[in-house]
Amino acid sequence: MDTTSTHGASPGAARAALLVLADGRFPAGGHAHSGGAEAAVKAGRIREATDLAAFCRGRLHTSGLTSAALAAAAAAGADPLALDEAADARTPSPALRATARKLGRQLMRAARAAWPCDALDALAAARPRGAHQPVVLGVTARAAGLGPEDAAHCVAYESVGGPATAVVRLLGLDPFEATAVLARLAPELDQVARRAAEAGRRALTEGPGTLPAASAPLLDITAQAHAAWPVRLFAS
Amino acid sequence: MHLDHSHDTTTAVSADAARPDGTRRALRIGLGGPVGSGKTATVAALCRALRDTFSIAVVTNDIYTREDAEFLLRNAVLPPERIQAVETGACPHTAIRDDISANLEAVEDLEDAVGPLDLILVESGGDNLTATFSKGLVDAQVFVIDVAGGDDIPRKGGPGVTTADLLVVNKTDLAPYVGSDLGRMARDAQDQRGELPVAFTSLTSGEGVKPVADWVRARLAAWSA
Repeated sequence: MDTTSTHGASPGAARAALLVLADGRFPAGGHAHSGGAEAAVKAGRIREATDLAAFCRGRLHTSGLTSAALAAAAAAGADPLALDEAADARTPSPALRATARKLGRQLMRAARAAWPCDALDALAAARPRGAHQPVVLGVTARAAGLGPEDAAHCVAYESVGGPATAVVRLLGLDPFEATAVLARLAPELDQVARRAAEAGRRALTEGPGTLPAASAPLLDITAQAHAAWPVRLFAS
Repeated sequence: MHLDHSHDTTTAVSADAARPDGTRRALRIGLGGPVGSGKTATVAALCRALRDTFSIAVVTNDIYTREDAEFLLRNAVLPPERIQAVETGACPHTAIRDDISANLEAVEDLEDAVGPLDLILVESGGDNLTATFSKGLVDAQVFVIDVAGGDDIPRKGGPGVTTADLLVVNKTDLAPYVGSDLGRMARDAQDQRGELPVAFTSLTSGEGVKPVADWVRARLAAWSA
């Protein structure tokens, strides 16, 4: 596939751009979201590093995989609006749909400043209140000269990196332990990203209906409850 | 409801003075400072002093969601649709400096929903002396400290005290009770800040928030000139 990148790189050839996009300091609003970890901490399901590892593993293989595949499909060049509908269909919780669009809108602002291009402008124009974040991320990755694997890795990593950072803040968990949890998940992250990238490429020819639709019902339920808490530290 | 974005519209990035439709956006003023120094009370007093002359909205960045927004609502300083709370994920300084996305979204939503606005006050969550606002989010910033926090704070300096466009030393009425030397605070502040202004306020007595409100009026006049 050709690339719509304004920078002329072939997809997947860029590496440094992936570091910029995947950096936790990339200003796209993610720092205010716990990925469900705040609700899990409050319920006593995350108390220490081993609980965090289990939580992250569950999220990675469910909503992490689904989101990574959406991003990979967008990075491969699939129609972002069709993918946005596919993301809605795969996100049963209204609170999480709202969160995904809010984060997509915030990512869009950073992406258009970092890698301005027609594809991002068109998506912003079609979804001024925000497209689902993984879809925006995939279009961003493509604009940055990155490929489906890169986009999938980025989203898969975010699906566990966000909760890990949040738990460090919520529990005062030793940051070295939290980072070790992420490091030990790395082989699984690679597997999930590969599966997601394959699914993303398949969606290009067979349509978004073939994308994974894994979900974690408890994350959906607690996200709905969390959105109604009067007092909370994280937006989701 | 939303504005028509065409593909060749310049990306509306943070500090742009114009909105996507070409109109001039509202002046944005940030208010930061340590916990309990009177940021929310100052915002409330500013709203009361300025709301009859200017179209105002407020964004709050609570550490715990909505406390400050609800204080403003309870005190009915502005209609509820003019107050929006942003959640900060336990890092209030990140939301006003390192990753301003959620705050930018809030100011844009307010301009879309209740605009045109003259002024948006962005109140930070109570933080420490290093908290400052990004220039991508606000046009000017006010740093609020109080005499009860210790009269050595101006001498200690830090980015907030040193660089804010206006330093407010609040609760001057308490100075005799907490042993704070207002003269010393003024001298230390001038040493740290040079020509940058300092306002001493007591929101419960005397002229109240007037010195701050006058400063805001001057910024508004310069912004719309």
